[in-house]
Amino acid sequence: MTMYDSLETVKAELAKCMKCGNCQEVCPIYLEERKEGTVARGKIKLVEAVLKGDLKYTDGFAEKLALCLTCKACNAKCPCGVKVDKIILGTRAAIVKNKGLHPLKKFIFGTLKRPGLFNFGLKTGSVFQGLVFKKHKSLNGSYPRFPFGLDLKRIIPPLASTPLRDQLPEVVKVDNPVKKVAFFTGCTMNYLYVDAGKAVVNILKRNNVEIVIPKDQHCCSMPIIAHGDAETAKEMAKSHVDIFGKLDVDAIITTCGSCGCTFGHHYQELLEDDPEYYEKAKAIAAKIIDISDFIVKEIGLDKVKLGPVNMKVTYHDPCHLNRGMGVKDSPREILKAIPGLEFVEMKNADRCCGSAGSFSLTHYDLSMDIHKHKTEAIKATGADAIVTGCGSCIMQITDGMNRFDLNLPIYYTVEILAKSYAAKEAEDKKVAS
Amino acid sequence: MLSQEVLNELIKILGKENVLTSKEDMITYSFDATADMPSQEPDVVVTPDTKEQVVAVVKLANKYQIPLITRGSGTNLSGGTIPIKKGIVLSMLKLDKIVEIDAENLTARVQPGLVIQRLNEAVASYGLIYPPDPGTVTTATMGGSVSECSGGLRGLKYGVTKDYVMGLEVVMANGDVIRTGGKTVKNVSGYDLTKLFTGAEGTLGIITEITVKLIPAPKYRRSMLAIFDNLDKAGKTIADIISNQVIPATLEIMDNVTIRTVENYAKVGLPTDAEAVLILEVDGSIEQVVVNEFNTVQKICKENGAVDIKLAQSDAERDGIFAARRAALPALAQVKPTTVLEDATVPRSKIPEMLKALKNIAKKYNLQIGTFGHAGDGNLHPTILTDESDKEEMERVHKAVDEIFKVAIELGGTLSGEHGIGMAKAKYMEWEFGQEGIAVMQKIKDALDPDHILNPGKMFGGN
Repeated sequence: MTMYDSLETVKAELAKCMKCGNCQEVCPIYLEERKEGTVARGKIKLVEAVLKGDLKYTDGFAEKLALCLTCKACNAKCPCGVKVDKIILGTRAAIVKNKGLHPLKKFIFGTLKRPGLFNFGLKTGSVFQGLVFKKHKSLNGSYPRFPFGLDLKRIIPPLASTPLRDQLPEVVKVDNPVKKVAFFTGCTMNYLYVDAGKAVVNILKRNNVEIVIPKDQHCCSMPIIAHGDAETAKEMAKSHVDIFGKLDVDAIITTCGSCGCTFGHHYQELLEDDPEYYEKAKAIAAKIIDISDFIVKEIGLDKVKLGPVNMKVTYHDPCHLNRGMGVKDSPREILKAIPGLEFVEMKNADRCCGSAGSFSLTHYDLSMDIHKHKTEAIKATGADAIVTGCGSCIMQITDGMNRFDLNLPIYYTVEILAKSYAAKEAEDKKVAS
Repeated sequence: MLSQEVLNELIKILGKENVLTSKEDMITYSFDATADMPSQEPDVVVTPDTKEQVVAVVKLANKYQIPLITRGSGTNLSGGTIPIKKGIVLSMLKLDKIVEIDAENLTARVQPGLVIQRLNEAVASYGLIYPPDPGTVTTATMGGSVSECSGGLRGLKYGVTKDYVMGLEVVMANGDVIRTGGKTVKNVSGYDLTKLFTGAEGTLGIITEITVKLIPAPKYRRSMLAIFDNLDKAGKTIADIISNQVIPATLEIMDNVTIRTVENYAKVGLPTDAEAVLILEVDGSIEQVVVNEFNTVQKICKENGAVDIKLAQSDAERDGIFAARRAALPALAQVKPTTVLEDATVPRSKIPEMLKALKNIAKKYNLQIGTFGHAGDGNLHPTILTDESDKEEMERVHKAVDEIFKVAIELGGTLSGEHGIGMAKAKYMEWEFGQEGIAVMQKIKDALDPDHILNPGKMFGGN
């Protein structure tokens, strides 16, 4: 019995909560709404009420449980170590079991499950996107021309004309590789931020790392887990366990904290009652590493390779990268090592940007209320570029800048590192000629 | 259940978005941070934006005789905000402005929904602090902490909330709005109504504005941790420090059960065979004075046979020492599903006696009790580690709690140092005040809230 099959399994987490309310200090949703039903201890009380039979699986219950970014800020604050996101995700799965999945979500998740269809849809979308989206004059994004479920004020990034994985060979060979890795691109890098994906490959090549990029990889399933569709998520977990389990690699590189957490934690949770798959998922989890950690901890940051990048940047900590995978220092180490680059910390760099992936679709206004503080913090640094390590955060911050009147370029950490490598290579060439 | 007529009137006063009625919302306001208390859902929760709305809600509650429970962040430990008689929960969180910071008069005027820490952040740039620092300083509201008269780790030197409340604006049960006290240091006009409403737990009126005293932030501090193999030695150390005219800002104690649990939980390097540890901090604005006081404290610890003393040489080491103290409650809470936390308080000279009595009570009722707390001001937190679902054990817990309060009062102490009475301790009030004392309080209550609509069931029990 996994935590996605029965609420009974989250009882131990519920029992740890002493209702002290310390979660109120950090919950981004509660800080906007200031209602008990929006903070962890209130939701825990509701789950307890359902378990006791005092409350049914009502629409109201489902709405309350949807109000969580799974940003894990309460987990980190909780004096009793309650893993609130575990309770939330387990309960959302129970809600879907009892109430069924919203038909629209059922359709979307069905597509995510069938990578071929998803891929086809997004490729076709990239051709026709001009018909429905109007490009923003300077930010990397477009407004929807019609209100088809998206807020008209919202800007979203353009789909790549050719997805990343279609532009890359399945195996990128190097001479005398120091390590061999698999690269899980994630959807945002594959379909939206292709340049960053290429930066990852270039950086790994520059460090003599051989890369395998399995063609049949697909969405990690985080959005599906977040909405409680455990059955679909299990199928996807098994598929990825099969795809990545058969590779003979030293590490599996992720470039998004949510994907990393899904491979690193959620697959094991989903497959807990299947001993064979569970063991395989565990073996894969042990190989999962974020690109910035891989560079700093596994390869070592070679300062000889770094050329100047004259920029003043600030860094936003993606929740799942920081609190989920524990990656906080490596991106900063990379940025601080680059000559010419001035690094300035923003206030509350580790506070959620309000995106939480699909939360920004289902709760757009609240998501932007939460985000407003992020734009303010960025403005206050006086930085001329933003750096982060998650595609969803990049989408949200770009949209937020449009909303709150800021216009700065935003990069993945690896893109800045790639710039630095390129600058050095250009320098070396100049010297040689 | 409230009639549709009442709900419609509430919506008219507050707007639909400020009136919550769903079953789910009611469940989330049926409790606060107090363990081992009954839950009770209110009929409705309202979230006013203005003082005028508060007045209108009070008048409505009065007209229809509906209980009115004022709530801040709901982090209290007395069951003070549980709507035990149902009714309207008045959530003050939207009234959260700092109205004024008056650095010349060292005062601030705030709305009740403001989180305490926000005030400290706002006055920091003036070099000022608001000293009361309950454990929930980053979540609790000013209104809640004034109503519960909360204390904290600095109580010995800096006092508690009531020592900083200079004036209030209060909505009375009939809807009248009054102002008490003010900005002046000296003010002896009339009865001291400010003190009356401070710690009244929302049973006498509804606070809509608070004027507090601020003080210059101390510039220097020195911290240490002293380990004792004997409770009496630790007790004598506390007494000797005070009689040597040093008043530490912090003087905390943890007993052996707490030490073992903290060490097991946080691995901070505490010796698990120690009978007590003291955590001490002296502070002030003249470095030499702070250093002298620190040396005196160190000398007294040594003279009283402390087996080990750790001096914090840096901010990081200080944080380490305080982390051990801060880990006390969470560590104890991990042991069992239910954590019953009390705040029985005795004169500081009686601390060793109280600690021994607690040890005996734990033995007598076969319970795990860890005790830590503010030794310098006699405010202890005996913490019973138990399981709410174990009926038989809970009976023993309740008997032990009875006995803890009995001993505290026999030693010349009080039921509550800083948490308040609420529902949790209402039944013991007569032990401390006698029938006559209760009668005086009842008369005050009857005079100000004749129909008992304000937070009924608190302070005196079943009214």
